[in-house]
Amino acid sequence: MRGYRIEEHPILKFRRGRVVKFRFNGVEVEGYEGESVLASLYALGYRVFSYSKTGRPRGAFCMIGKCSSCLARVNGVPNTRICIEPVRDGLVVETQSGLPEIPSETHGDVSEEEIEADAVVVGSGPAGLQAALTLAGHGLKVVLVEEHFKLGGQLVKQTHRFFGDTAYYGGVRGFRIGELLAEKVRASSNIKVLTSTRVYGFFAEGYLGAATVTGEPRHYLIKSKYTIVATGASERLALFENNDLPGVMGAGGAQTLMNEYGIRPGDRAVVVGSGNVGLIVAYQLLQAGVDVKAILELRDEIGGWFVHAAKIRRHGVPIKTRRTLLRVEGHDRVEKAVSVAVDGGYNPIPGTEEAYDVDLVLLAVGLQPSYALLGQMGAVVKHVPELGGLVPVRTWSMETSIPGVYVAGDLSGVEEATAAFLEGELAARSILEKEGLADGGRAEVLHYLWNVYRMSPVLERARRGKLSVTLSEGEMEELRRGAG
Amino acid sequence: MSFRRTGVLSVEELARLGIIPPEERMKKKPVAMIECPEEVPCNICVSACPFNAIRKETLYSRPRLEENKCIGCGVCVVKCPGLAIFVVDLRGEDALLTLPYEMSPPPAKGDKCLLLDREGRVVGEGEVVKAWSYDSTWAVTVRVPRDMWLHVRAIKVVKNRA
Ligand SMILES: Cc1cc2nc3c(=O)[nH]c(=O)nc-3n(C[C@H](O)[C@H](O)[C@H](O)COP(=O)(O)OP(=O)(O)OC[C@H]3O[C@@H](n4cnc5c(N)ncnc54)[C@H](O)[C@@H]3O)c2cc1C
Ligand code: SF4
Ligand code: SF4
Ligand code: FES
Repeated sequence: MRGYRIEEHPILKFRRGRVVKFRFNGVEVEGYEGESVLASLYALGYRVFSYSKTGRPRGAFCMIGKCSSCLARVNGVPNTRICIEPVRDGLVVETQSGLPEIPSETHGDVSEEEIEADAVVVGSGPAGLQAALTLAGHGLKVVLVEEHFKLGGQLVKQTHRFFGDTAYYGGVRGFRIGELLAEKVRASSNIKVLTSTRVYGFFAEGYLGAATVTGEPRHYLIKSKYTIVATGASERLALFENNDLPGVMGAGGAQTLMNEYGIRPGDRAVVVGSGNVGLIVAYQLLQAGVDVKAILELRDEIGGWFVHAAKIRRHGVPIKTRRTLLRVEGHDRVEKAVSVAVDGGYNPIPGTEEAYDVDLVLLAVGLQPSYALLGQMGAVVKHVPELGGLVPVRTWSMETSIPGVYVAGDLSGVEEATAAFLEGELAARSILEKEGLADGGRAEVLHYLWNVYRMSPVLERARRGKLSVTLSEGEMEELRRGAG
Repeated sequence: MSFRRTGVLSVEELARLGIIPPEERMKKKPVAMIECPEEVPCNICVSACPFNAIRKETLYSRPRLEENKCIGCGVCVVKCPGLAIFVVDLRGEDALLTLPYEMSPPPAKGDKCLLLDREGRVVGEGEVVKAWSYDSTWAVTVRVPRDMWLHVRAIKVVKNRA
């Protein structure tokens, strides 16, 4: 089973599980236990798993069960997101075309559970983990809900050492920070962890509703005095011809394939976007053995930090500024990508097309805060371009317009892991203060976040953005009266 | 064009930013070059250096090297998350350059390698004279032609297929 599996990686060691056999469109294929169905198929070279209503091929895009690009039929059940469906012996997987019919039989009874806790933390990225650990460390009972099967959020996929302050895990590789914190969380008797479980909404009676996304169907109603929402951010899409062709993938999707499953997402790639995410993903592609032909950047400067750009430039990857992707070509997967130069108004300049012979196009064109849950709960949000889109208005304590509901991390405005740790801790310490469990740490965290960390000129935009949605307690009270 | 556009520091920019060590200093001992030109919120190098040779006034100010304290040990080379630090040794006939390396295949003493400049262009051939790693990042010391010490910044390891 060589195919697209990474055999030699400079940072990661892939421990593959037992070999399992299953069927894909009638053909017997093999995968390894611990992989998703899509990952196993991708490793063998399959790229199309679904067809749209109009017959357009659909492939892997997000790899975390969010985009619905991979809906297939598994053991007769349609609309199964095979990117998060664990591979098992004897599965029957079939490509799905268009809209399916309701299956004649549904299996499994949904079990119900009601949980009470002092605090619920939604999302287990750096913000959620730090918040949960801080609360639990002071004796509060916490429920931590995460829709992925692993704790860690973005940290899980990052092979590089994180920047930042050594006091906040700077210098440690992302996935190690994730493992470290997840271990601490598991060791805490005050934290109940629900993985593969999505918080889908909030009820008038004061319950958060959550349900498993894979495995045994289970439904939870969770009641708590405090809620910290730390659902992070999701990737944006870019507009160009054929942007739905298999082989066009989100940066995060490619990271999941190569850094979690050890599967090369392609042989030759173009990356769209030169922010830190694009630069880092390009570097990780090189480590996975992918030939990166170019990074395209619409603006006339590189978006991310110089040191990240220099790392890939010295390995021969060009960063083409003032260029964007015009279209991709290919029958049922990407075979070619065509870029074009843009003028000062970002309009394509005819005659400047450049073609790349690639099978992978990675989109790294920005993140937007995942505000859906907070929005449903009724928190006041505001559009702030510097922060990536709609973000909740909050106090200096990270409390939203809903009393008792706090926010932290990329959801509060896209920034960095250090900021996410700090905001998670700040939210938790603000709750501890209300509960009379404070030990004075809150003021220090607040000071460090605003007067030290965010004073870096490279974070100026984010700082400005966050200032514009941070209110005093008095201003928040006024807003609440108005909004109520 | 500025490094913000190219992702490459030119020799003029390196000089202007004070990153190139003085010539007299280079003759004495190996010395670090910290190619980190922006004010990023990061202080890993400061605590990484066992000899306290790297200073930052604040978390985000540019790192500065105190050249007389630096002995060229290369610890900062493997610890900087930006892979932005290099050590040059100009005492011998050839230049010795220590650079960070996180690619396949793993390097070993005696390996031949292609020498790449800041833009990834092949500018010659070199030899690995020393390689050690910390947390999967290698510090690779390569022998490079003397006139190339300021230009070589990456390698491609070529394994002899026996
Ligand atoms: C390629 C890349 C490189 C990066 N490199 C660095 C770096 O070097 N240094 C640095 O400081 N930062 C870096 N970052 C940024 C950093 O990873 C993020 O800022 C940080 O992870 C944000 O943390 P978070 O906790 O807010 O969100 P996330 O880490 O995104 O976690 C959110 C979690 O919430 C879960 N979730 C979402 N909705 C629900 C729901 N309804 N129910 C249950 N769970 C839910 C998600 O599954 C996810 O696990 C990088 C980011 C990327 C993409
Ligand atoms: S080479 Fe050694 S002594 Fe010099 S700055 Fe780096 S860690 Fe310090
Ligand atoms: S550790 Fe590296 S990236 Fe961080 S400040 Fe020092 S030189 Fe710059
Ligand atoms: S939902 Fe499966 S790839 Fe996005």
